[in-house]
Amino acid sequence: MSVAEDKAERVEGWNRPPVIEPEGEGELLEVAMGPHHPSTHGVFRMDVALDGERVVRLKPVFGYLHRNHEKIAEGASYLASMPYTDRLDYFCSLTNNWAYALAVEKLVGQAVPERAEYIRVILAELTRVQNHASSIGFLIQEMGASGTPLMYAFKEREKILDLFESLTGSRMMCNYMRFGGCRVDVSGPWLDATRKVVAGLPAFVDEFEALLSTNEILMARCQGMGILPPELAVNAGVSGPMLRAAGVNYDIRKVDRYGIYDRFQFRVPLGDHGDIYDRYMVRILEMRESIKILEQALPTIPTGPIMDAKAKIRGFRPKPGEAYGRIEAPKGELGFYLISDGGPNPYRYRVRPPSLINLTILEDMCLGHNVADVVLIFGSVDIVLGEVDR
Amino acid sequence: MKTVEEIKAAIEAAVPGAGVEFVPNPSPSAQHSLRLAPESAVAVAKFLRDDDELAFDFLSNLTGVDWPDKEIAEKVKVTRQVTKTVDGPEGKVDQTVDETVEETHKRVEPGYLEAVYHLYSVEKKHGPLVIRMRTANRTDQAQLPSLTPVWRAAEFQEREIFDLYGIVFTGHPDLRRILMWDEFKDHPMRKDYVEPDDFEYEPTPHDEVLNRAQEHKSEGLGTGD
Repeated sequence: MSVAEDKAERVEGWNRPPVIEPEGEGELLEVAMGPHHPSTHGVFRMDVALDGERVVRLKPVFGYLHRNHEKIAEGASYLASMPYTDRLDYFCSLTNNWAYALAVEKLVGQAVPERAEYIRVILAELTRVQNHASSIGFLIQEMGASGTPLMYAFKEREKILDLFESLTGSRMMCNYMRFGGCRVDVSGPWLDATRKVVAGLPAFVDEFEALLSTNEILMARCQGMGILPPELAVNAGVSGPMLRAAGVNYDIRKVDRYGIYDRFQFRVPLGDHGDIYDRYMVRILEMRESIKILEQALPTIPTGPIMDAKAKIRGFRPKPGEAYGRIEAPKGELGFYLISDGGPNPYRYRVRPPSLINLTILEDMCLGHNVADVVLIFGSVDIVLGEVDR
Repeated sequence: MKTVEEIKAAIEAAVPGAGVEFVPNPSPSAQHSLRLAPESAVAVAKFLRDDDELAFDFLSNLTGVDWPDKEIAEKVKVTRQVTKTVDGPEGKVDQTVDETVEETHKRVEPGYLEAVYHLYSVEKKHGPLVIRMRTANRTDQAQLPSLTPVWRAAEFQEREIFDLYGIVFTGHPDLRRILMWDEFKDHPMRKDYVEPDDFEYEPTPHDEVLNRAQEHKSEGLGTGD
């Protein structure tokens, strides 16, 4: 058997979720989990068929928050869509801004000054820390530890959001990046405040880990649960911490080296089993790596302009053509695909939402588990419905 | 990574009669693409995934694009013979003259729907390779082969294109609307889509009364003056 045939055989079985035969005689119970369910992170429905407690079928239902972001963006100028990207994944508006700015910069061949690149890295890594902290907090909450661990995460998140607010004017809807730079410059006092917050982050992660990592309930509920094999993860387009928890070494910060990520020393944490516990651990370790990047970026930030002198703001009309730009957002690969026909609006504007595509294999992960574990497996994917439904 | 032209040559060597076409991209991003013929698309996709050197195992992004019918106006100079009445020495005489006129011809370029795929390789860490396919037209022959059997990542994204653009992916295991509700009729991302006045309109026995009330309001009656 050739290598290609062998490879084809390995992925062939993953095309569909496996079919599980119910045991015993009784009828299947159909349960609609959601759309208004506290564990669904918004309005999302899972149509589950149960054999006793066991899940034998699961169909996700989307669209409750659909507002056709792409159509709206095609009717607006390029810059006018920037504030709207904040509303995709409202936990990480700054990385959304960056992905869109990156795609437009690729489309027009726009350079970004060095100081702006440093600011972008600092803000993106702060976003990653607060996103991972709160996603773990939500996961523990879904395990039944109501409130307390989530509030530990939110306490830290609030410090970071205060930094965002003092810089951009808004806690969550930051609208900060521009094509060819950033909107406002960071001040000395802001950098000092950021250094202070970053200095406190390792202690927060240590405390978080001491409370959770070896917790008996967390280990019992998470280990060996919702396993995602690496071949399936790659074939199904899963990205971000989900993919790396399955043991696949693929971090777009390392692969594409967009921005100035090649200047910083950091490692890519990998999981081994692809279960919920590995996803939890990968997120914890990614927070630590993000803190490392922040510690390297904050002292070395250069002075200079934050907008490229050649950046065009009025009458922005890219030449006809197309571009796909992507970044490693906290939830996975966030990409923007743009086609320009030479007009002031994009002819085609497409968001590649990591949250939606990471849900492709939700059924595969949940089959055969108890219905109470579906909540946990779903929580470990880390989605935001604003991005799933767009 | 190989250049797009080299990949094209590799595909043509591996899949005979693949009908691959190079599509240049004039933008500074220089992400050129390959247009596949729908008939051989699944074979080409399998080759791209399983070839050792290319190894495009990760379908990152998949999206639709609508290109409606385009009316192109062309100006053509036409010379023809015209009979004119001219004053001659013996009264009026009919004479045949050559006359050149500029005429505008309108030509309609038929529209089509397009699906665009962005492929990366997790194994070799390269990409993107952009491939695209177009349908025969926008109405009754809007079919393309589904690539879900090759990359599972296409499952939800093909459903989304079916929902918003109306491309029917033959061979998709579960082709349903994903974002709009099941009873919805049109495809909202198409360029010629017109929003209905009322998304939830259902005929009622009182439609006539409601229409009269609408007329009443629009005439500005009943405001008291």
